[in-house]
Amino acid sequence: MNGKTSILKKYLPVALGGLLMTASVGLMSYNNATDSPKKSIAESDLKVDTVATGLTMPWASALLPNGDLLVTERGGKLRLVSKGQLDATPISGIPEVWYKGQGGLLDIALHPDYKTNGWIYISYSSPKKDGEEGDDGGANTALMRAKLKGKELTDIQQLFKAIPNVKGNVHFGGRIVFDKKGYVFLSLGERGQKENSQNLGKDQGKVVRLFEDGKIPTDNPFVKTAGARPEIWTYGHRNPQGMVIHPTTGVIWEHEHGPQGGDELNIVEKGKNYGWPLITYGIDYDNSIISKDTAKAGMEQPVIFWRPSIAPCGMTFVTSDKFKDWKGDLIVGSLKFMQLHHLTIKGNKVTKREVIFDKIGRVRDVRQGWDGNIYVVLENSGKVVRISPKS
Amino acid sequence: MKIILTLLSAVIFCSAVFPQQDDELAKSIERGKMVYSENCITCHMGTGEGVTGTFPPLAKSDYFMKTPENGIKAVKFGLMGKIKVNGVEYDNMMPNPGLGNDEIADVMNYIMNSWGNSSDKKMVTEKMVEEVEEKK
Repeated sequence: MNGKTSILKKYLPVALGGLLMTASVGLMSYNNATDSPKKSIAESDLKVDTVATGLTMPWASALLPNGDLLVTERGGKLRLVSKGQLDATPISGIPEVWYKGQGGLLDIALHPDYKTNGWIYISYSSPKKDGEEGDDGGANTALMRAKLKGKELTDIQQLFKAIPNVKGNVHFGGRIVFDKKGYVFLSLGERGQKENSQNLGKDQGKVVRLFEDGKIPTDNPFVKTAGARPEIWTYGHRNPQGMVIHPTTGVIWEHEHGPQGGDELNIVEKGKNYGWPLITYGIDYDNSIISKDTAKAGMEQPVIFWRPSIAPCGMTFVTSDKFKDWKGDLIVGSLKFMQLHHLTIKGNKVTKREVIFDKIGRVRDVRQGWDGNIYVVLENSGKVVRISPKS
Repeated sequence: MKIILTLLSAVIFCSAVFPQQDDELAKSIERGKMVYSENCITCHMGTGEGVTGTFPPLAKSDYFMKTPENGIKAVKFGLMGKIKVNGVEYDNMMPNPGLGNDEIADVMNYIMNSWGNSSDKKMVTEKMVEEVEEKK
C-alpha cells in the first residue's frame, strides 16, 4: 500500500503535466486543422466479424496468403478455417503435446517469406523424452517448423526444446517472433520456478534467439559465458505471452504475466536482465512479498506495469493504414478482464492507455493480418474475430 | 510456518481422535494446498476471495459449498458461461486445468476446509471425482 501511495505522489505531478501537455497539443492541433481535426478511433468506428467459430480452447492464429486461417487449439490440434468454415478434420502431423495446466499446443507464426518457402513455426509444451534433462513426467516449451501440404504437415523439423523439463503446470511462455534478419525468437516462462529466471544454465524465464533453422548464433550474448546456455538472448522473465517486433526500430517488445499487480511491458534487448524475481512491482498471490525492490542496478525497468494485473496475452503493433490514428500503437489482450487495450506509443513510452472492446472474451492472441485487419483469438467462446473499420 | 504447524497439529489431533478417515483428509488437504497454489491461486487468490465480478470466490461460496459437485465439475471439465455466486453474476471462463482425479479430490478437500469453509470432516475421494460426469 505504501509503495502505491509513494508511486502516486512521485508520478502525479508528471502525469498532470503530461495531461496538460496532451490537452494543449490537442487544442493546438484542433486549431491548426483546417478540415477534419485528428481524433482517435472510437469503438463505434469499428466492426467485429466472427471469422471462425466452433474451436476448442484456441490459442493463436495465422492468416495464410489465400485468406484461410490456421488456428492452434491448446488440446493439441491444428485447425484450418477455409472460407469462414472450420474444417472438421484437424491438420495432421502435430507431435505429442503435454496438455495439462497451462500447457499444450501454443503459438503459430508464418515465416516472413512464407509465400516463397512455406515454413510454419509452431510452439508447444513438449513432454520429457528419454535422455532429456529434468523431471520424469515433466515438460517444457519446444519449437518446430513444418510445411502445409493440403491437410497435413510435412518436412517437420524439431528446432529447439527448452531445458530442463519441469513437472509443474504453469508458465510456458511460447511466443514466436521473427526479426526479418534471419533470426527467430521464442519466449519461455519460468515453469513456476522463479529463481531459475536468473539462472543462465537453464532456459526458464528467458527469451532465446535462434537461426531460423534452429542453429544457435555464435554472437548470442552468453555464448562465451561458462555454464550459460548459448541460446539465451535475455533473462529474468516470468511468463511472457506477448512478443512483437517494433515496426520501425526492429526491437522486440514483450509483455509478461507478473505476480499480483506486476504484469509488465518490456523492451527486450540483447543480454539484458528483466529482474524477475529480484525486482517486481507485484506481490505473490498469497499476498506475501517476493521482493521489496522494484529497481536494481543492472536490471531493466518495464515500459509500464499493470496494477491490478490484466493477465496480458497477445499483442500487436498497428502498422495498417486502416487504423490510421493507431499507427505505431500497441493493441494488447487481457485474459482476465476479457478486454483489448490500446496503448498509445511515443518512442519508447506509453503515453496513454484505454480499454477498447470490453467483455470481448478471454483474449489469447492479437495480431494484424497481411490484409491490415486485426485478428483476435477468444478462448472462452472458441472464436476468431476480425476487427476492421466500418464503411 | 504457521500453516505447517496448524496442519501438523490438525494431523496429530485427528490421528489421536479419528485414526483413519481424518488422517486421510488432513493429508489430502495438505497435498491440495500445493495443487491450489499451482493452478488456482492466480484467479481465485490466496484466501479464496476471487475478484468480485471477474473471478468468483471460493471462500464461503454458496455455489461451491452448497453443491460440492459444482466444484468437482468445474475443476474436472472447466466452466463456461453465466453462474451466480453469493448473489453476484459471473460470465467468464475457467479452462480445464487438466488435473488427475486424485489431484482434483485433494484440491477440493483443501478448498472445502480453508478460509472459513468446512466440509464437516466429509472427504472428497478420487472415486467420487471419477463418478462425476460432464453435463450434456
